[in-house]
Amino acid sequence: MVEILSSVMDGLLIGLVYGLAAIGLTLIFGVMDVVNLAHGAIIALGMFFLYLFFGAGLHPYLALLPVAVLGFIFGVIVYQIAVRKIISGPPLMSLLATFAVSMIIIGVGTALWSTSPYNINFKVTTYNFFGYTVTSARLVSAVAAVLVTFGLYYFLYRTVLGKAVRAVANNREAAELMGIPSQQILAITFGIGTMLAMLSGALIATLFPFTILSGGVYELKSFVASVLGGLGNPTGALFGGIILGLIEGSVAPFIQVSWTNVIEFVIFVGILLFFPTGLFGGRK
Amino acid sequence: MKALKSPFFWLILALTALFAFYPRLGNNITLRETLVLSAVYIILASNLNLMIGYTGYVNFGSIVFFGLGGYFTLWLVGAHGWNVYAAVLFAGFITSLLAMALGFGILRLRGAYFALATIGVNEAVKDFVSNFDTWGGSEGIFLPFTTYKAMGGAGKALWTVYLLIILVMGISLLLSWYVKRSKFGLGLFAIREDEDAAIVLGVKAPKYKALIYSLSAFLPAVAGGLYFFKNGSVVPEEAFNLHLSIESIVMVMLGGQGTVSGPAVGAFLYERLRGLLLTTPSLSNFHLVIAGVLLLLIILFAPGGLMGWLYKKWPRIREVLE
Amino acid sequence: MKKKWMFLVLVAIFGMAFAQTVKIGLTVSKTGKFNVESVNQLNGIKLWQKWVNDQGGIAAGGKHYKVELKFYDDESKAQRVQQLYSRLISQDKVDFLISPYSSGLTAKAAIISEQYGKIMVATGAASDSIFKLGYENVFQVYTPASRYLTSTVDMIKAADPSLKKIAVVYEDSKFAKAVATAARDYAKKLGLDVAIFEGYPPSTTDFGPLINKIKASGAGALIGGGHYSDGATFARQLYEQKAPLKMIALLVAPASDEFAQLGDAALGVAAPSQWEPLVKYTQSCGPSPQQFTEMYEKAYGKEPAYRAAGGFAAGLILQKAIMDAGSVDAAKVRAALDNLDITIFFGKIKFSTDPASHGLQLGHEMVQIQWQKKDGKLVKEIVWPLAAKTAKLIYPIH
Repeated sequence: MVEILSSVMDGLLIGLVYGLAAIGLTLIFGVMDVVNLAHGAIIALGMFFLYLFFGAGLHPYLALLPVAVLGFIFGVIVYQIAVRKIISGPPLMSLLATFAVSMIIIGVGTALWSTSPYNINFKVTTYNFFGYTVTSARLVSAVAAVLVTFGLYYFLYRTVLGKAVRAVANNREAAELMGIPSQQILAITFGIGTMLAMLSGALIATLFPFTILSGGVYELKSFVASVLGGLGNPTGALFGGIILGLIEGSVAPFIQVSWTNVIEFVIFVGILLFFPTGLFGGRK
Repeated sequence: MKALKSPFFWLILALTALFAFYPRLGNNITLRETLVLSAVYIILASNLNLMIGYTGYVNFGSIVFFGLGGYFTLWLVGAHGWNVYAAVLFAGFITSLLAMALGFGILRLRGAYFALATIGVNEAVKDFVSNFDTWGGSEGIFLPFTTYKAMGGAGKALWTVYLLIILVMGISLLLSWYVKRSKFGLGLFAIREDEDAAIVLGVKAPKYKALIYSLSAFLPAVAGGLYFFKNGSVVPEEAFNLHLSIESIVMVMLGGQGTVSGPAVGAFLYERLRGLLLTTPSLSNFHLVIAGVLLLLIILFAPGGLMGWLYKKWPRIREVLE
Repeated sequence: MKKKWMFLVLVAIFGMAFAQTVKIGLTVSKTGKFNVESVNQLNGIKLWQKWVNDQGGIAAGGKHYKVELKFYDDESKAQRVQQLYSRLISQDKVDFLISPYSSGLTAKAAIISEQYGKIMVATGAASDSIFKLGYENVFQVYTPASRYLTSTVDMIKAADPSLKKIAVVYEDSKFAKAVATAARDYAKKLGLDVAIFEGYPPSTTDFGPLINKIKASGAGALIGGGHYSDGATFARQLYEQKAPLKMIALLVAPASDEFAQLGDAALGVAAPSQWEPLVKYTQSCGPSPQQFTEMYEKAYGKEPAYRAAGGFAAGLILQKAIMDAGSVDAAKVRAALDNLDITIFFGKIKFSTDPASHGLQLGHEMVQIQWQKKDGKLVKEIVWPLAAKTAKLIYPIH
C-alpha cells in the first residue's frame, strides 16, 4: 500500500513541474494561436542557464530568479525577431518559425555544451514519512511550480497588464479598439510563456541529469498535458500535467514502465480526436 | 498522350536517368552514398508536399510512413524470408491502408490540432514499436547477412537497391506532377484555399483528404523499406525520427510548397547544404544554426520558397518547371 | 660477413625511409550519451598507436607499417555511424576498421564493414547477437553479453546463500537487454526468484517509478543498469530514495573512475568489469598489465578504465594478426584472426570460427569490482573471482 501511495505522490510532485512547462506552452497558444515548437529547446536552455548560474556559485534555488529574468527577455527577443511578422499568417508559418528558433537554440547549445549529459550537484536531503521516502529537491520543485502558477494567476487576474493580456486573448481587434497596444501585449505574453518554460526546465535540472536535447521529451509532455487540459487553458494545463504525472506514477506498479509513453500518446491522440477542447474546456 | 508533349515530363525522366546512371557508370560508391540520401529526401519531400502544398494540411509526423515501411519490409524479409521486392510493395500497401484508416479520424482536425495529432501518432507508434517484441522491441530488426548473398552478394544488392530507390524517386515526381494536373488535384487545391467553400461546391472533402493522405504514405513506405534494407537494420529512433519529419517540411518550404519541382529542389539543396556543413570542420558545430537561420529567413522574407521567387522573377519559367 | 651486415643496415634504412602506413578507421562518440566511455576507448587506441609507432610500426613480412588513425565524431547516433563508416571505406580508403563504442552502434557499423568486406575489430561491444548474423569480418574483444553478469550472480549467491529474491532492471538497449536476459536465466537456474525483470528506455532520467517498484517487490539485490549516464543516475536515485537493497550491481557505470563523483551514492555498488589495472595475466605479446597501466597513467594522468584497455587491446590484436599474416592483405589477416589464440595484458583472446557465431569472443573472462572506502577515499576493489581479489566483498551494503 505504501508503495502505491509513494508512486502516486511521486507522480503528483513531478506532474506539477510538467504542468508548469505546459502552462508556458498553452499560454502562448491561448493568446496568439501559436504552437511554440521552440518550447523544448527553451526548456533545455533553462536547464543550462541554471547550470551556468550554479557554476558561478549561486545556490540552484536562488539561481531561479536570474533564470526567470533571462527567460522573459529571451522570449521577448524571440517574439520580435521570429514571430511578430507571421503572427497573422497560416499556422504552418508560426510552426516553422518557432521550429527554426528551436534549431538555432539547439545548434548553439550543441556547439557550447555538446550533447553530453550535465548534472546540478548540490546537497539533497531525504525525508521519510511513514515509509514514503522523498528528496528535498522533488518537494521544492513541486512547491516552486505551484508558487509560480499562483504568481501567474495573480498577474492575469489582479493586474492591469494581466487583464490586457486576457483581453487580447479574447479578441485582438476589440482589444486594440479599446486602446490596448496588442503587439506589446503579445511580446510580453511570449516572454512570460518562455519564462515559465525556462523555469520548469531549471526545476527539472535540479532533479535529473540533462543534455541540450533533453527538452524534446518535456516538449512532448507539455503537448500532451496542454491538450489534456484543453489547448489555451492554463488551469487545464496544470491539471493535465498532474494527470500525466499520476499516470506515470500509478501505472508503473502494474505494467512495464516503458509502456507509459505509449499510453500517454494514445490518450493524447484520443483526446484530440474525441475531446478537441480537452477535459477542462479549451479557450473560448 | 498529352503527357509526352510536356517538356516537364521529359525533364523528370532525364533527371531520374541521370541519378541512376551517373554513379553507376564510374562505379562511384561515394557518389552513390551521397545521392541515395538526396533521393530519399526528394521522395519524402515530394510526397509530403501532396499534403502540405496541395491540400494545406501540415503533416508533422509524415516520417511514420517511412518508418513503418522499413519495419514491415525488414520483418517480412528477415523473419519470413520474403524477397525484398514483394516485401516493399506489401509494406507500401499496408502502410497506405493504415494511413487511410487513420486519415478518416485525424483529418477531421484542422490547423495546429492536425499538426499536433500527427506528432502524437508518430510518437505513439515509435513507443509502441520500442515495446513490440515481434519487431525486436527497442533493439530493432537486423537482417541476417545471407539475405544479401541471395541477391548476388552485398556489393550487387546495394546497387540494385540504389536503382530501385531512384526509380521510386522518379515515380514520386511523376505522381506529384500527375496529381497536380488532375481533377482530383483541383479538388485538393480547393480544399487548401477554403475547405468549407470547397464542400459547398461539391468537393467530397473527407474522401479526398483521406485518399491523398493514404497516397502520400505509399511511396515513402516503399522508400523506407528499401532504405532500411540497404542499411541492413531498422531501430525505432531511426525509423520514427521526428526531426527528419520536420526537416522534410523545411525542404518543401525551401523549394516552394505546392509546386512539383520545388520540394525536389529543396530536398536536394538541403541535403547538399547539410552534408557540406557536417563535413566542414569549422562549420560542423553550427550546421543546425545555419539551417535554422536559413529556414527563418525563408519564412519571414520568401514564404513562396525558391520556386516562388523564380516564378516572380521570370514568370515564363512556370511553363517548363511546374 | 661484413657485407651481409652492411646489407642488413641498408635494408633497415630503406625500411625506415619507405615505411609504409596502415590506415585504421573508426568513429568516436565525442559527444552524446556515450562520450565518457567512447573517449576512454579512443585514448586506449591512441596510446596503442603511439606505442606501436615508437617501435617503428607493425613489423610484418619484412616491412614496417606505421599506424595512421582516421576517426570522426558519431555523436552517439546510429544514423551517423553508417554514413561515416561508408565514408571511411569508400572515401578515406582505410585498410582496417575498429568499432565505435557500444553494441548498438557497433551492430550498425558491422553491417557496413560486412557489406564492403572490411575487417573490423569490435571493442566496447559485448552483444552476442551481432555475431549471429553470419558476418565473416567482425571480431569481438569483450566477453560477450551472455557471460557478462553470470559471475555477478555467482558472487551474490556465494555472499548470501539465503537470498531468495533479486530484481533485474536494465536499460532497454541491445547490450543491456542481452546481458540482463542471460543473467535472469542463470539466476533462475540457481534457484533465485527474479521478482522484477524490466527494461527502461535509454533516455530515462526519472527512475522514481522503477525504484518504488523495486522496493515493493521485496527484492534483496538489484542487478542491471546499462551504460554510463543512465547507470550513474540510477545509482544516485537509488541512494536518495533509500532503496533497502543488500547488493547493487550495475553494468558499465561503476566500472568508470567518474563514478566516484557520486560520493556516498557510489559506496558499495558493484560492477562486472572487462579488465582492471590489478589483474594478473601473463602476456605472450605486448605490454604487461602493469606496463600498460603505467604507460596510460603517464599519458593521461589517470588510471585506465577497462574501455581504455579494450581500445589498446583492439589495436594490439589487429597488430598481432597483421604480424602473423605477414601482410596487410585482408584475406590473410582474416585467417590470422581466426587462428589467434593468445593471452595479452587484457586477458585471453580467441574468436569463434563456427559459422553460426563467427567472431564471438570465447577466451576472455570478467572480474567483479566494488566501490569501497579506504582511508576515507572511494576506491575500486576487485572482489571476484576470489583468486584475484584485492579486497573482501562488503555485504550487505545497507
